[in-house]
Amino acid sequence: MAKKTSDDPLAPVTIAVGQEGLLLDRAVADVVTAARAADADTDVRELTPDTLAPGTLAELVSPSLFAERKVVVVRDAQDLSADTVKDVKPYLAAPVEGITLVLLHAGGAKGKALLDAARKSGSREVACPKMTKPADRLAFVRAEFRTAGRSVTSEACQTLVDAIGSDLRELACACAQLAADVDGTIDEAVVARYYTGRAEATGFEVADLAVTGRATEALERLRWALAVGQPLPGITFALASGVRAIGKLATAPRGARTGDLAREFGMPPWKIDRVRQQMRGWTGDGVAVALRAVAEADAAVKGASADPAYALEKAVVIIARVAQSR
Amino acid sequence: MAVWDDLVGQGPVVEQLSAAARDADAFVTAAAAAHAEESVGHASRAAASKMTHAWLFTGPPGSGRSTAARAFAAALQCVNPDRTLGATPGCGFCDGCHTTLVGTHADVEVVATDQLSIGVKDTRDLVRRSSLSPSGGRWQVIVLEDADRLTEGAGNVLLKAVEEPAPRTVWLLCAPSLEDVLPTIRSRCRHLNLRTPPVEAVADVLVRRDGIEPELAAAVARATQGHIGRARRLATDERARSRRATVLRLPLQLGDIGGCLRAAQSLVDSATEDAKQVAEESDAKETEELRAALGAAPGGSSRMPRGTAGAMKDLADRQKRRATRTQRDTLDLALVDLAGFYRDVLAVQLGTSAPVANAEVRDVIDRLASSCRPENTLRRIEAILACREALASNVAPLLAVEAMTMALRGG
Repeated sequence: MAKKTSDDPLAPVTIAVGQEGLLLDRAVADVVTAARAADADTDVRELTPDTLAPGTLAELVSPSLFAERKVVVVRDAQDLSADTVKDVKPYLAAPVEGITLVLLHAGGAKGKALLDAARKSGSREVACPKMTKPADRLAFVRAEFRTAGRSVTSEACQTLVDAIGSDLRELACACAQLAADVDGTIDEAVVARYYTGRAEATGFEVADLAVTGRATEALERLRWALAVGQPLPGITFALASGVRAIGKLATAPRGARTGDLAREFGMPPWKIDRVRQQMRGWTGDGVAVALRAVAEADAAVKGASADPAYALEKAVVIIARVAQSR
Repeated sequence: MAVWDDLVGQGPVVEQLSAAARDADAFVTAAAAAHAEESVGHASRAAASKMTHAWLFTGPPGSGRSTAARAFAAALQCVNPDRTLGATPGCGFCDGCHTTLVGTHADVEVVATDQLSIGVKDTRDLVRRSSLSPSGGRWQVIVLEDADRLTEGAGNVLLKAVEEPAPRTVWLLCAPSLEDVLPTIRSRCRHLNLRTPPVEAVADVLVRRDGIEPELAAAVARATQGHIGRARRLATDERARSRRATVLRLPLQLGDIGGCLRAAQSLVDSATEDAKQVAEESDAKETEELRAALGAAPGGSSRMPRGTAGAMKDLADRQKRRATRTQRDTLDLALVDLAGFYRDVLAVQLGTSAPVANAEVRDVIDRLASSCRPENTLRRIEAILACREALASNVAPLLAVEAMTMALRGG
């Protein structure tokens, strides 16, 4: 969820930093709602870099005859031209009363000077980062229901995230819809009535399941990956790197430290730990058999076979079988 | 017979080609004479002429397909005055021969690609070119060095042009084997098969032509099993020798799974490194030249003029395809070396009298030969060949090579 450094939405300057559209919109909506609550006649101006020429800002923030409250929203502030930034910076240091300026900035290196100036002048900052981790999305869904004042089971959250995928707007819509349509606790059965299936499945998930010997789940996930249109060479690549990692670690000295191994094999340390878990049940010959199966599947998805899906399934089954050969 | 000198150990082919060149020369001379007497009308080709309009040179890599084609092209363009006294065309030092051999003759087009394939677009240009009359009044010669890299569509574009070319146009196609060319192209060409030159002949040529020490020449000729180009490269290029030595040590590193993976990784890495080197030599320069040609200010960061992004992207795509090809070629060379190594192991195991090609690793060969059975060695050779096929069909290089090293370990 958006983290707030200062909770007053009517701070003279607010910067919303990040690339998650939904959170940026919410940051703007928060400010606008607060401003309207304070003064129903608040004037809201939305500006983009191409409509904000040097001088426009000064014009907008100059005192009006009727002393009305104004909210000025600048989208894509990182794309502002250098001349405009020269205009905006002094204003940040000396904001005008009754005006609330909201800068939406993507973060990153582009237009960083403006961001730094805003931070230095003590603006209120709202973080709106893209959510990349599945756990973050789960937390988001839970928070959505909490905001709506509804109780929800964790299985229900998981099912919802599985079925909808990583688009935060879609997730928020689904949460709102469920909260509006259903009475009582939202549990798995309720979610399953409206949302089924799996919106996203990657080759790496298939590989992780296969190398731990869970053939059924791996096949199911593979079918989902094919159904959502994952590119087939990507799946064979994931399978190959899964098996390869096991092959590399299997012959590493037993007592070696995780950090050293990570450096040697070029993998992050958490990956080393995970591969160590997956390694149980594997033998050296198993790695050989599995890698050759993946190589065959790779040839098949690149045109050597009429049915690449079958070739992939065969490779997954072989991997899952040799994963339990010990 | 100077232009034929570089064709090593191909007696019958040289005979056939020089006979054809003689008849072709007779035809040109007769036509010129007829023209001089102003007797209008086409001089028809003699029924018994050994010349024809389309030739297909096949033979294993290193047998000198393209050398043969160029030599023949030179012989066709030969303007040595001795011809009237009965000398065979192809002297090697007249204007026609010389310019053809150095690649500047106006009527000889040599098509060699550094890409993965030759597409329809390039081939159409070639067909247009083939319908031009020769500017020198002799023959319009088109040498297609990589006929095996023609895509199916490109082959079909060629069909008509190869079947009935303009009166003075000659097509010379080169391919490793008949199967590499469309049957429809094949049937329109006269076929010439070159053989693998004997090891002694290759060594002899290296000594005579390139001035290489006889001992080294004999060693590299044996190591490359009659591939002249590679033998010369090995003899002259230190890096090629060291890479080969690395490849030949590979069978010793296949003790465990980790060793197999590492060996595969290093093989692929060195191939990638090679491709990168080639790219560094030419890519940046090409890009800068194209930018200049398109009117961008010098220096990497300036904006390109409107409408030139397509051309830049075309160039980038072409460079990428060339990098893929370089990587594949390097890997393929390594695999051929490796196959040669196991061939030696097999020869020792079966107790044949065939000489060992990789004499410098004789001890390893003997050790491996005594530690496994001929069946295992055969299976290993098969795994190497399967890997070459997999690479050709675009399997991820690292994966294909890993599968191979695993198979080599298993036997």
